[in-house]
Amino acid sequence: MEGTNFQRYLARKKAMSAYTWNEVKKHKMLYLFLFPFLLIFATFTLAPVGISLGLSFTYFNVLEPPRWIGFTNYLNLFLSDDIFIIALRNTIILATITGPVGFMAAFLFAWFINELPRFIRAFVTLVFYAPTIAGSAYLVWLLIFSGDSMGHLNAYLMRAGIINSPILWLTNPDYMMYVIIIVVLWMSLGAGFLAFIAGLSTIDEALYEAGLVDGVRNRWQELWFITLPNMQGMLLFGAVMAITSSFAVGEVTQNLAGFPSTDYEVHTIVNHLVDYGAMRFEMGYASAIATILFISMIYAKRIVSSFIGKIGR
Amino acid sequence: MIGAAKKDKTSASGRRIVKVSRAVRKPNRSLGGDIFIWGILIIFGIFFIFPLVFNINQAFKPLNEIFIFPPNLFVINPTTDNISDLFIIMSRSWVTFTRYIFNTVFITFVGTAGHLFVASLGAFAVSKYDFPGSKFFFGIIITALMFNQYVTAIPNFLILTQLGWIDTYWAVIIPAFGMPLGFFLMKQFMDTIPVSLVEAAKIDGASEWLIYWRIVLPLVKPALLTVMVFAVQALWNNPQSLVIHTEQLKTLPLAISQIIGSPHAPQVARAGVNAAGLMVLMMVPIIIFVTAQSNILKTMASSGIKE
Repeated sequence: MEGTNFQRYLARKKAMSAYTWNEVKKHKMLYLFLFPFLLIFATFTLAPVGISLGLSFTYFNVLEPPRWIGFTNYLNLFLSDDIFIIALRNTIILATITGPVGFMAAFLFAWFINELPRFIRAFVTLVFYAPTIAGSAYLVWLLIFSGDSMGHLNAYLMRAGIINSPILWLTNPDYMMYVIIIVVLWMSLGAGFLAFIAGLSTIDEALYEAGLVDGVRNRWQELWFITLPNMQGMLLFGAVMAITSSFAVGEVTQNLAGFPSTDYEVHTIVNHLVDYGAMRFEMGYASAIATILFISMIYAKRIVSSFIGKIGR
Repeated sequence: MIGAAKKDKTSASGRRIVKVSRAVRKPNRSLGGDIFIWGILIIFGIFFIFPLVFNINQAFKPLNEIFIFPPNLFVINPTTDNISDLFIIMSRSWVTFTRYIFNTVFITFVGTAGHLFVASLGAFAVSKYDFPGSKFFFGIIITALMFNQYVTAIPNFLILTQLGWIDTYWAVIIPAFGMPLGFFLMKQFMDTIPVSLVEAAKIDGASEWLIYWRIVLPLVKPALLTVMVFAVQALWNNPQSLVIHTEQLKTLPLAISQIIGSPHAPQVARAGVNAAGLMVLMMVPIIIFVTAQSNILKTMASSGIKE
């Protein structure tokens, strides 16, 4: 019996691969369709991740060819680079606050907007989404949070008598992290917000009517039992977008709080990466930082998708 | 939560109220909840729009209003001096202003057009046909949505150097062809086109190319427009200072951000010009978004990730 089973297995395997090959041949036109995108995507998105992983095990300063040094970069990062540990801590703080808060805010705002009368929805959507697409417009926060008494926030607070002397919002370690979190939340509702707005408007009205018959009492129950379970796909898309943007905070801290920021108080992994990659040209070390950033994003996505799977159960 | 408490009270007191008011109000909607929602949206709406409004006001302030103390939020005597100053500074640069415009239009147009064609062709194959490797490839695309530019920056630079594309238009244009977000949105939107349309065309003997070009592409216009907007925004908002050094090849956003200068060495004398520059930089993507908004929302309705 054993032998026949094995032979049968082999025969099936052979038939399967012949079938697959036939399928491939039958669809060769489609591979041709996919080829241009695949080629560019592989060259500029997939290959770089692989190369980065490879370089992270080397010493590479661009001028000399890379030299294999095993896990030394990673050991140095975790055991002797104090600033990396600070950067890691800051990135985790920023990601765990701005990621989930930004994600939930994007959903709540989208849901609230969906409750508004139709004529005003497009306008309110624009109001909330404008900072996301406005690019470098966040630099205007520099004027608002300017540290001298002429800074706008300081001027208003002093005139109102709340503070006596100006606060150095962007250079005093006590306040910097809060300011950065506010600005990041302001500008990162992101593509997820649009997906939520669009997704909410496509849910079948009949579901809500059925819910009314089944005893759904108010809009909050409606949200939990009908809306959220029907939007899991959108929620996951929004989560992916939120993870991407919350782990990539770097440009904002660099431009608002300076580089390096006071006591490295808002120094993120991305700042550290730019430091070693674009200024010190220690590409191997920078690649190790990039790899750690990448791995933490993949894990964050795993955790988030398991959460989203539980909604409405 | 206010809304929840209030609603429970009315529904306990009697169903008649709900029935009578149904003609005017949607069911399960309490007045308290509505007020709560309006309140939240107004408070946060001000928070979101305030810095942009502030910046626009700043751009129209004459010099004496910019440095007045205590500072004013709104402009009193609006002037267009800052904007004309911005263009005067740009025209004094040894690269003519029109060259920056040409670079921007060329890079954005070619990059977006190529991305639309390449991504829609690939998305069509993955969405409408089932062939070995198609599901696996799309799984990779979903993961790749998370690869941000920082993770790939160093190897990308090395690859572009190897290809000899550094300091050419192609260093910006070609990588833009392969953005995973555009492919993802396009594929998800194509999934909503009924398979029967494609099947019918197949029976009539249409080739894959004909189905793509004549049937699917005209039906996914909202997705094309959406992906176009995202691609334009990506190209506009990321001044590619790393891969383009020659002044003649730089784009308008990059040129303006050079005039604005380093945010940490603010040129006091140019405070008004800086505000005008920021306003130009933010108005272009916002205007594009507004014109395409309804199509974008149509496309995003299909963006859900199924697992």
